[in-house]
Amino acid sequence: MTTTESTLDRPASPPAFQPVSGSRKFKNTAATALVTLAFLVALVPLVWLLITVIARGYQALLSADWWTHSLKGVLPKDFEGGAYHAIIGTLLQTLVCAVIAVPVGVLAAVYLVEYGRGRLARVTTFMVDILSGVPSIVAALFIFALWIGTIGLGQSAFAVSLALVLLMLPVVVRSTEEMLRLVPQELREASYALGVPKWKTIMRIVLPTALSGVVTGVMLAMARVMGETAPVLVLVGYSKSINFNIFDGNMTSLPLLIYNELNNPNPAGQQRVWGAALTLILLIMLFNLVAALVSRFSAIKTK
Amino acid sequence: MSDTRPTRVRPGHQEETPDDRGGSRMIGAMTSDSGQPGVRTAAVRRPGDTIFRTLTTGAGLAIVFAIALIGIFLLIKAVPSLLADKENFLTSANFVTLDPNNLMFGIRDLLIVTVLCSLVALVIAMPVSLGIALFLTQYAPARLSRPFAYIVDLLAAVPSIVYGLWGILVLGPALEPFETWLNATFGWFPLFAKGNIPLAGAGTIFTVGVVLAVMLLPIITSVTREVFRQTPVMQIEGALALGATKWEVIRTTVLPFGRSGYIAASMLGLGRALGETVAVLLILHASPTPSTGSLFDGGYTFASKIASAASEFSQPLPTGAYIAAGLVLFVLTFVVNAVARSIAGGKAAK
Repeated sequence: MTTTESTLDRPASPPAFQPVSGSRKFKNTAATALVTLAFLVALVPLVWLLITVIARGYQALLSADWWTHSLKGVLPKDFEGGAYHAIIGTLLQTLVCAVIAVPVGVLAAVYLVEYGRGRLARVTTFMVDILSGVPSIVAALFIFALWIGTIGLGQSAFAVSLALVLLMLPVVVRSTEEMLRLVPQELREASYALGVPKWKTIMRIVLPTALSGVVTGVMLAMARVMGETAPVLVLVGYSKSINFNIFDGNMTSLPLLIYNELNNPNPAGQQRVWGAALTLILLIMLFNLVAALVSRFSAIKTK
Repeated sequence: MSDTRPTRVRPGHQEETPDDRGGSRMIGAMTSDSGQPGVRTAAVRRPGDTIFRTLTTGAGLAIVFAIALIGIFLLIKAVPSLLADKENFLTSANFVTLDPNNLMFGIRDLLIVTVLCSLVALVIAMPVSLGIALFLTQYAPARLSRPFAYIVDLLAAVPSIVYGLWGILVLGPALEPFETWLNATFGWFPLFAKGNIPLAGAGTIFTVGVVLAVMLLPIITSVTREVFRQTPVMQIEGALALGATKWEVIRTTVLPFGRSGYIAASMLGLGRALGETVAVLLILHASPTPSTGSLFDGGYTFASKIASAASEFSQPLPTGAYIAAGLVLFVLTFVVNAVARSIAGGKAAK
């Protein structure tokens, strides 16, 4: 424009790339900062919580009695006894729950993947979703209304397991379903081509191929129901001693131990609370870890 | 999201796989026509197939029945108590069930406290989860994205009773000065007005909301993350080619694409928050007076009220009162989850 600038100095056409304006740059940087901040914010409670539990609970876990003794005959103020009875209770209840939930869940997943079409399949899918949203206390109340209120049986660990089944089923169905859908269609076709019946194809080809994924899903589901507290509050009584009978008598699990020892104002009680919390987290982590290992070392070969 | 798979996978499935009965019928027809002896072995309708089909369908049906049974049983057990209720079930703030002949209970306060807790949790968790999901899918280095996602998922592995312990013994006292300040500064606003319990120890709805928010983070994030990841690469590359900055790419492609998934995920989180039991039970202080609608109230949610009375479930009528509360909670979560699924399903159909 000015007289000092000759036509030769000017570019023939305006540059194709406009510089990014300041406000756009600012917005971009701000967004990056906010998004990263969000992630860091999520780490705060996780780290804080884990450090709290470890710092307050590790001492309880150091004694050998913690893993081998119950609280039978231990006074509330004594630094004695352990959580053996609660660990046994947690594992037993989870195991019994898995024994019921896994076959039903896997079969339902097989139905959804291999057979399900039409209205019933849609309803089933929907109901699995609804079941995964049922609060644990509602599941516990339902089992209470059915098992204790209607059939007239007493509180027992088995009732807890039944309530846990309701919470575990949707997790097992979903994960198994996903794994079955990963099994290549060619495998099924090859089997059919050899004249193998459909049920045998599913049992001998499809399920074994998906097995590691199914096992992973089951382990994760067990880890999930292990920490459920609401069912044990409603459906079983607290006991300080070991009980292997799931059909009769009180049986303590780790959440129930925590809940009961919270009412114990002594330092020993506090230590048991945090010790049990740490034990529970460790157990859940262990199941998660095994699940991760299983899935890593035997992933489905899709091609 | 889960609804997308059947529709995506099944069509090919149907064409390529012969139905067990259809298949054998076809072969059966072939044998009767041509009479080839070699094929006849396949013509039998195998009992194995029938049994297996029945078994799997039965398992599917069992889940449908389980949901129906939950509703029916809760209803059956709740109705006598509802009939014996001396007060209006929907508008009464009382929950007195000591005398079976004089039941006075209503869900007004339970509903208010439950909704307030869940809303606080959502208000905190929704933006943070959105940020985390964006960070994990768009910002984090590809190699670290997985471990980072695993760390966030660890939050879901912590049992709710441990969250409760942490909330009341560690977080509550830490939040107390902040809540006192909020109350003193914004006390004129009804949500931050003086509640019906003292702020000492911070066993308030606000604290519960914060803890619930932490519990919702992994739930909302994991679903949202998966939806964001499915954003068509063409769209992202198109936006980049037009000279959009990273944030503009996200605003114009990722967010519009993932919006319904994000909302559905938040609804799922809401369902979870509504039903959370033990964490709320441990944190929230009981209150002698009815709810004032403040975030610094104490009281009970549906779930924590039921759990708090669990040891007193002996007589049918008082127990029925709690089961009635449980039924309301069941219906609430059912509706919230159904809405969440329909939002997610509507997205998948596009």
